[in-house]
Amino acid sequence: MAYVAVTGGREAVKNAAVLLERNRAAGDGDVGLDALEKRLGLLIDRVMSEAGLYAPRCAALALRQSEGSPEEAVFLLRAYRSTLTRAYKSLPLDCEDMTLHRRISAAFKDIPGGQFLGATYDYTHRLLDFEPPEARAGGGGGGELSHEAPVRAPRVTRELRREGLIAEKDGGGAEPRDITMDPLSFPAERSARLQTLTRADTGFLSGLAYAGIRGFGPSHPTVGELRTGELEVLLVHPLFEGETISAGVIVVTEVEALFSEESAEAKREARDDPLLRMEAGQGDKADKSSAGLSLGMGYGLVLGRNDTKAIAMSVMDYFLSSPGDGILQNQEFVLLHGDCLEMNGFISHLKLPHYVTFQSKLDRVRRGSPEGTGSAGSNGNESGSLPEL
Amino acid sequence: MVKKRSKHYNFAFLDEGSKRVIRRALLKAVAIPGYQVPFGSRELPIGRGWGTGGLQITLSVIGPGDVLKVIDQGSDDSVNALSIRNFVTACTGVETTTDSGEATLIQSRHRIPEAPLKAGQIMALQVPMPEPLRLVEPHEAVTRVMHAEMDYAPMWLALYESIVRTGDIELGADYPVMVEDRYMMMPSPIPRFDNHKLHMSPALFLFGAGREKKIYALPPYTRVVSLAFDDHPFRVESTHGRVCRLCGAADVYFDEFFDSATGGRLYQCSDSGYCEKRRRAGARATEPAAPTA
Repeated sequence: MAYVAVTGGREAVKNAAVLLERNRAAGDGDVGLDALEKRLGLLIDRVMSEAGLYAPRCAALALRQSEGSPEEAVFLLRAYRSTLTRAYKSLPLDCEDMTLHRRISAAFKDIPGGQFLGATYDYTHRLLDFEPPEARAGGGGGGELSHEAPVRAPRVTRELRREGLIAEKDGGGAEPRDITMDPLSFPAERSARLQTLTRADTGFLSGLAYAGIRGFGPSHPTVGELRTGELEVLLVHPLFEGETISAGVIVVTEVEALFSEESAEAKREARDDPLLRMEAGQGDKADKSSAGLSLGMGYGLVLGRNDTKAIAMSVMDYFLSSPGDGILQNQEFVLLHGDCLEMNGFISHLKLPHYVTFQSKLDRVRRGSPEGTGSAGSNGNESGSLPEL
Repeated sequence: MVKKRSKHYNFAFLDEGSKRVIRRALLKAVAIPGYQVPFGSRELPIGRGWGTGGLQITLSVIGPGDVLKVIDQGSDDSVNALSIRNFVTACTGVETTTDSGEATLIQSRHRIPEAPLKAGQIMALQVPMPEPLRLVEPHEAVTRVMHAEMDYAPMWLALYESIVRTGDIELGADYPVMVEDRYMMMPSPIPRFDNHKLHMSPALFLFGAGREKKIYALPPYTRVVSLAFDDHPFRVESTHGRVCRLCGAADVYFDEFFDSATGGRLYQCSDSGYCEKRRRAGARATEPAAPTA
């Protein structure tokens, strides 16, 4: 009763705010925004990606304000974003122009421009380090690099495309939809699907993709290329024709995942030949040189450094673009349940009082008891019939 | 109670472009009573699923001269009502009230006030699940077609099956209605007790589902009929033999309490503003809060 009742709410809300403030002020010293932004970069990236707002300093501010909860920080950024007027649209970015930080391919050993790991935890041993940063190798500032990354490189898939091996997905060329201005409608076009996936909760997306490649999805991918780097965002100059203005530089992770699939020709044949259909359905385990197969591509692009999310996105993009009745190919299932704010908001709303609705439920359950035999009472519906029409 | 408005944000928080987008959706909704209009739902500083649909409506239509009432489950002082009211006043500075008669704009979750609404009043209801057909069909693409074709047979069948299986329509709150014999609509999770208040109301009802990105409306004097069969009429929750332990009201929807002393049940008006007003006018429980066993 203290939590809601008729009075007391005001005080409860005030006290909750006081307790939160105590948590934020706990311990010695303040959490510096600069350190948060620069040293917890992967957390900042995750928050920006799920918020759909590239603003590292705002993300740091949000994380500090929310005791480091990504869910709350995303919430703060999204709400802030709602107050900002959308004044410009950027020009399309080409990830081949990326100033590379990291680039790997699981499909080819030797790729034009080379592979390089960049800053990654992939090959570190996850041993909890008890030493202070100053005691680490290189005195905390890192040591010397033996190789420098090339600045730019063409995409791995460029050659495969030239050979005509990649079956292009729909959605190229058309003016992209903006899911933040127009709600999703179904079937959703690819630009809307990709936008929804890139803003999706990292855990949700990774879980779905994992389920898919473990066997609940149509097939299994090969990461053709994963690249992380800087892209410059350009706007058309509002006054001078043909000129552009730089809006700044963003770091993104892009993935092109390759799946073997039936070529259009083979699909036509398979319709008549059940045996052929079965063989081709073996996904990438089937012989790739077979004339009946081509490569399907799934695309992932996320703000910041987030390999797992970018790969998961490419997997889900492919699943959603390929025909089938699986749950992971169901647009409404995948696209409507992964938004950080929406899923957490709706789950957390269960904490709100439901006294009115529960009373209504109880009324149904108590139907058998003498008191609740369904007489409509004296609220103007004495007969228990429809209200006067 | 007038509060000073925050200088860091626009009047009513959202930028003017966003408000205009939402008002356009509202106009369409009013023009097609009961039809769900998709809209570019914005994120707000309160939880998505905690009333952002109703709140976006409030923020889009509110002006400095409005008098606002915010209720949650009938209560003006519950934590969520308080939180929403504080937010709106912080970014608009409008006057607030607990008296539904004084309010020009009422935002509510799960209740319609007991006192009849008047012409000129706007009621913004928070909606968790706007789609009545979701009970029978999980896919949005399919339910949109069903509405367009007025294909409500699966819903009627579900209600019929419910009666066959259990002897009654097993729906509690959020009991679906037909609007002007055209669109099937969720009234938001108000108790069945409140459904008739929608019918031919002189006030304007606006429904906002923020997470589901839908807006719909009932303009004044719209015909709203709760789903029922000729031989199985619609029934509201029983209030038989119950009176408010504070003001003695009998014809209202109640919150239920357990009396820890006697183990019996006590009742109190769910509409706290209504109860308070009655008590200010001198109404009292006729007998000292007799708990029913």
